[in-house]
Amino acid sequence: MNRCTRHVAAVCALLLAVLLVNAARVQLVPGPPLRDNPADLRDDIARWSLPRGDIVVDGRPVTGSRDTGRRLRYERTYRDGALYAPVTGYASQRYGTSLVENLQDGILAGTDPLLSPLPLLDGLGSRRRPGGRVVTTIRDAAQRAAFEGLDGRRGAVAAIEPATGRILALVSSPSYDPSAFSGAGEAAAGAWTRLNGAADRPLLNRAIRQTYPPGSAFKIVTAAAALESGVVEDVDAPTRTPHPYLLPGTATVLPDAAEGCEDASLSYAVRWSCNTVMARLGARVGLADMVGTAVAFGFNDTGLRIPAAVARSNFDTDMSPDQVALSSIGQFNTTATPLQMAMVASAVASGGTLRRPYLVEEATRAGGDPVAHYGPGAGRQAVSAATAARLRELMVRAVEDGTGGRAAIPGAVVGGKTGTAQHGVGNAGTPYAWFISWARAEDAPQPQVAVAVVVEDATGDRAEISGGGSAAPVARAVMEAVLSG
Amino acid sequence: MTALTADAPRHAPPRAKRRGVELSLLVCAVLVCVYGYAAVGLARHGAVPPDTAGYAAGLGTLALLGHLVVRLRAPYADPLLLPIAVLLNGIGLVLVHRLDQETPGELAAPTQLVWSALGAVLFCAAVIAVHDHRRLRRHARAGGVAALLLLGAPVLFPSVNGARIWIRVGDLSIQPGEFAKVLLTVYFAARLAAHRPKLPHTGRRPKAPRGPFGRTLAPALAVWLLSMLVLVVERDLGTSLLFFGLFVVLLYVATGRIGWIGAGLLLASAGAWAVGSLEPHVHSRVADWLDPFASITAGQGPGQLAQSLFAFAHGGMSGTGLGLGHSALIGFAAKSDFILATVGEELGLAGLTALLLLYALLVGRGFRAALDTPDAFGTLLAVGLSSVLALQVFVIAGGVTGLVPLTGMAMPFLAQGGSSVVTSWVIVALLVRLSHAARAPRPAAAGTADRPPVRPAVLR
Repeated sequence: MNRCTRHVAAVCALLLAVLLVNAARVQLVPGPPLRDNPADLRDDIARWSLPRGDIVVDGRPVTGSRDTGRRLRYERTYRDGALYAPVTGYASQRYGTSLVENLQDGILAGTDPLLSPLPLLDGLGSRRRPGGRVVTTIRDAAQRAAFEGLDGRRGAVAAIEPATGRILALVSSPSYDPSAFSGAGEAAAGAWTRLNGAADRPLLNRAIRQTYPPGSAFKIVTAAAALESGVVEDVDAPTRTPHPYLLPGTATVLPDAAEGCEDASLSYAVRWSCNTVMARLGARVGLADMVGTAVAFGFNDTGLRIPAAVARSNFDTDMSPDQVALSSIGQFNTTATPLQMAMVASAVASGGTLRRPYLVEEATRAGGDPVAHYGPGAGRQAVSAATAARLRELMVRAVEDGTGGRAAIPGAVVGGKTGTAQHGVGNAGTPYAWFISWARAEDAPQPQVAVAVVVEDATGDRAEISGGGSAAPVARAVMEAVLSG
Repeated sequence: MTALTADAPRHAPPRAKRRGVELSLLVCAVLVCVYGYAAVGLARHGAVPPDTAGYAAGLGTLALLGHLVVRLRAPYADPLLLPIAVLLNGIGLVLVHRLDQETPGELAAPTQLVWSALGAVLFCAAVIAVHDHRRLRRHARAGGVAALLLLGAPVLFPSVNGARIWIRVGDLSIQPGEFAKVLLTVYFAARLAAHRPKLPHTGRRPKAPRGPFGRTLAPALAVWLLSMLVLVVERDLGTSLLFFGLFVVLLYVATGRIGWIGAGLLLASAGAWAVGSLEPHVHSRVADWLDPFASITAGQGPGQLAQSLFAFAHGGMSGTGLGLGHSALIGFAAKSDFILATVGEELGLAGLTALLLLYALLVGRGFRAALDTPDAFGTLLAVGLSSVLALQVFVIAGGVTGLVPLTGMAMPFLAQGGSSVVTSWVIVALLVRLSHAARAPRPAAAGTADRPPVRPAVLR
């Protein structure tokens, strides 16, 4: 009997050993499915257990955190969410993060090793650090002016400080309030579904993620190419452009909206936006130099980060002469993001130097000690200083006595270029209204702001939907806001 | 010949009583529990709970009461049994209290405290009342009948969470299967001990058709079959497996025939397979065990077992610390069936191992008592009670760690559930009694009447 009792005891000991080995397997073996499983809420609980760090515009946080008392404790809130959504992006407990909320997540959530007072000892303490702050380059007044200027119309605005590349305004319209789906509940799910299904796509950041045919606004690039390549020596000399003008190698007549374009000078062509002159100049410059200049301004770049990824603006690299001619007036396959066109204006404004645009100035600890600074990067010469100076002159004339008259600001020097891009099947869609410009106060040594505005659905009279009519006033409001700020 | 020395009743020298050891261990056990209670308060509210002293006094009083009763009525009892029981019960209270922090509207700790006190009182009563464990044999038949009645009773009550194992009277819910466990163990032990001489135990003629299916075993087998039937009807596979294992173990120890183990395993596998494939409630448990993450893949979020495994994995080696984990994610059974997940997450593998070793020690001391008890009934009873504890711990701990399919059972002492705590205290009381009988100096030939002083197998 005792022998059997010992056997039973031995079996029990064996069961214990099996239990312990299995427990060690479950508790100690790293990796999925038990560790870091997205279905495990623990990471989320830790992530939202402290207030998230704030995103700062002009010294004031535009974000906040709300103690919900629920399992995922602190929920993101936004001040003027719709206004800043194209900058901040969203931080949702259910749908993840985007834009600055996404790219600076480590800082904001407090997990970035940079925030540690002693980075080498990181990991010893399990306590989470409070989230740091992210300071943006946005100028509050400019952002508001742009948002109110668009006034709910579909479109976007990008404004850059030419000397540094700081993005002063980044607006997409219509926008959304990111706090609508900050939480994890059903309300968030409903808002998310509604916003994703909305016809006017409020979640789309049109300023950096949407490309449009730039239309006549692209003529600044063509003019730059013509000056750089020597095709045009004197901006006031006649270009011997015939009227009507047939696209090279075809029997297609290129129409002209403006009067007096026959044999007009480059200056006149930019001022009144002559299609024929600019298309012919583009064709004469040739594919290689046109591509070279467009790329110098930032076209065809897939790697631009501000730090959010910017969609690639396109200028085709393999075209027949008639296609080059059409592309030179911002049609055919030429497309650009609003930010890209702001970069064109910015490079012209800063003596031909193109600086990488950036949105995040610095990251600090919760207390304010800076931990990372993302200052201006090195500039790149897009066009020569001489060409830039002549382009500025052309743009100033376009505002003073041309299509961009409505962008003029008393007491400031403003250069601009309108654009009206046809699109859709048979150009049936409502044209996109463009305006790109720069401005400096009269006493300022160099331009302080470069802007690009696009308005998609100017609902008024078709004739009114020109860059000068719909987009220029928005650009003027943004420039005024920067100059007076 | 080792068997001879082990089996030979030990008359002399008289053993030390070791009550002082028990008392100091009890002090340690109470201190550990009080420390745990304070740690929960510190982690959750940043302060030691104001009622810590009261908690310490309450637990200390219960422990002291138990100690005094043992000291007076069973002075030779194993000094480890009571401290382990107090420690386990105290840790259980701390864990339930800690999980109460997550469900402020549904406090379980106060009720559990009342049940624990009741258990401790019952422990004292049992140690006093069962003056000689052999007297239990007289009531074994009544115990068997009572066990069947208890097992059958819940059929008359509505099922809870798919299993029909509760009796509900107002707010009070009782799991009679827990009490039936002890009664059935007593009954089986008495039955098998009474007929022991008639059962084959030599192994001399292994092919002999001396079947145990005679009238000697028939009542025991019948009772067992009935209990199985009741349990399958009640869909409580865990308890039915427990009874089955208990029955097989006792048969093996009583007869010495390895065939019982084989037959038992075979029957158990067949039964488990049949129930597992036919009964939807059990079938879903098996499916969950085979793939705990199926519900995640299906987009329905993690199920209870997956949540339990996450909790264990999150604990790692040293755990998050009491009060700092998120085992409440498991849901409604976090305080009962899945209480070990809280141990795993907040105390880590280190804490879990320590806890399992405590159970092992308890079971081990039970087997020690079985080896030293002079009479066959006592041996079988001690083996049975120890095996019940061991099997229960294995089935639950294995279930929540994904080793075996999950069956709803309560971790002895630890889990929320009054019936379970009270039953566990009674089991420990009986073990205390048995160990006292095993270690106490006994007058010559007084306690050896049941068992032949030498056995044929040993003589050879």
